[in-house]
Amino acid sequence: MTIVVLKPGFFSTIQDAGRIGQQQYGVIVSGAMDQLSYEIANTLLNQSGTAAIEMTLVGPTLRFEVDTVIACTGADFSPLLNDAPCPMWQPVTVKAGSVLKCQAAKQGARGYIAFKHGIQVPEVLGSRSTYLRAQIGGFKGRALQKGDQLPIKLHSEVPRKYSANYKSLLSFSNSVTIRIAVGTEWYSFTENSKQTLTSIPYTVTKDADRMGYRLESHSALERVVKEDLISEAVTFGTIQVPPNGQPIILMADRQTTGGYPKIAQVIKADLPKLAQLQPMSTIHFEIVSLEEAQKIYLQQQQQLAFMKTALSRKE
Amino acid sequence: MLENITFKPLGDSALFVVFGNSISTDTHKKIQNFYELLQANPFTGMLDIVPGYTNICIHYDILKVALSPLVKDADSIYQGITNYLEGLLLQLQKGHHTEGRLVEIPVVYGGEYGPDLHYVANYHQLSEEEVIKRHTESECLVYMLGFAPGFAFMGGLDETIATPRKEVPRLKIPAGSVGIAGMQTGAYPFETPGGWQIIGRTPQPLFLPNDYPPTYLEAGDRIRFKAISEEQFLQWEANV
Repeated sequence: MTIVVLKPGFFSTIQDAGRIGQQQYGVIVSGAMDQLSYEIANTLLNQSGTAAIEMTLVGPTLRFEVDTVIACTGADFSPLLNDAPCPMWQPVTVKAGSVLKCQAAKQGARGYIAFKHGIQVPEVLGSRSTYLRAQIGGFKGRALQKGDQLPIKLHSEVPRKYSANYKSLLSFSNSVTIRIAVGTEWYSFTENSKQTLTSIPYTVTKDADRMGYRLESHSALERVVKEDLISEAVTFGTIQVPPNGQPIILMADRQTTGGYPKIAQVIKADLPKLAQLQPMSTIHFEIVSLEEAQKIYLQQQQQLAFMKTALSRKE
Repeated sequence: MLENITFKPLGDSALFVVFGNSISTDTHKKIQNFYELLQANPFTGMLDIVPGYTNICIHYDILKVALSPLVKDADSIYQGITNYLEGLLLQLQKGHHTEGRLVEIPVVYGGEYGPDLHYVANYHQLSEEEVIKRHTESECLVYMLGFAPGFAFMGGLDETIATPRKEVPRLKIPAGSVGIAGMQTGAYPFETPGGWQIIGRTPQPLFLPNDYPPTYLEAGDRIRFKAISEEQFLQWEANV
């Protein structure tokens, strides 16, 4: 019982909530870039943590060889189910023999297709997320290719009709304000650079993938003292500044450690917004305190919890 | 023990416990002790713990910590965690250090396996045999893993064979390559680009995704490189 990949799209991988608890071995976390859209997709199918497809910029075309229920969330890839528009943000019944065609993202960069019971690839080190460099997890440790057969389970129950009201939680804009907390080396940057970071627009370059986003601006960030740093842990959303003074934001497939100065850290609540940026998007940074950052995240989680409760009542 | 130990946030979902500001075996021992203590006494919402050269990074789930008793009597989530960690650090006083495992890494030196052995020997005006001797006689210490799964940052290289990185990095270094970069030595778990002086290669896989722990080396291990012949290398590789 499988789904056959007819066209892989630009870059599609199997992801879940990530590989937690292995970073002390140098094993990266991976997982869905936009954890909110991923989680909502699973919530719509009344499940959590299962493996879904993450597509990037141009989506895949899939043929179903088994009855199932799916949910498409994230960026709008104008999905077509048997050539008719397939609604997003709600569970959709799919009959064996159907073809789901995802197109180019209208806005945003990453979309998710969740399947009832999840994609049945084996767990490696506690996760089904694809880890390209180590060639583990996901489907054979690599991005999807034409002809791949992804195992799923039969599910022929028809779900009730309901849809997720995601609009207050997510943004797919290509010009965004991203909130940051100051980083561990913030104080080593010049006064001028600290002001620059939050006053000028930054452009996401074409070097923007699951590992990190290279940003570009008309002004380079400088440190007062340019001493070498000892490599230490980094995390999702860490903003590093290499010697050229143009920041790099570390994303889901970042290495576990890094040696560049960390000027700031994107707050957790704004990572999904960041994950949806296409190359050439514009970012304005805004500083918030650590307490504020955590409060914003808790509010976001509360909204998500409300959505989950509302959806489960309809079930 | 709490003296000179500080905390600093890494964003809203992680923090560092800082034990020192330079690389030393003394700091390393404190970190290893605290790492073990923390593993045995996790707090609700604790995710990853990553030991480094001078600190330990603790990743946490904001929501789980916020809902846990940790923050009940604290002013903030962050303070709730640091209060807990301070309590644990007090226990370190009585702590003793268990010495790390001694792990052997078999290496075939020179030739096609170690294309820079000749350069390293010339750089120090030593024979290739002497470089191998000094490399195998150094007892190295794994301070941390990072960069790639199973990649160990080691110290303890005989400083008379410390060699600067290559000016132009190689585009491809085969998996298992053993190299020197300044005072560091180590082995690449995967094929990767890199600027290290490659002096040999190990047939021992360093990343073992189907085992637990998934790496051949761990922080705290004491390392000895052992010279083997090409024949032994091929035999070892065939048995893996």
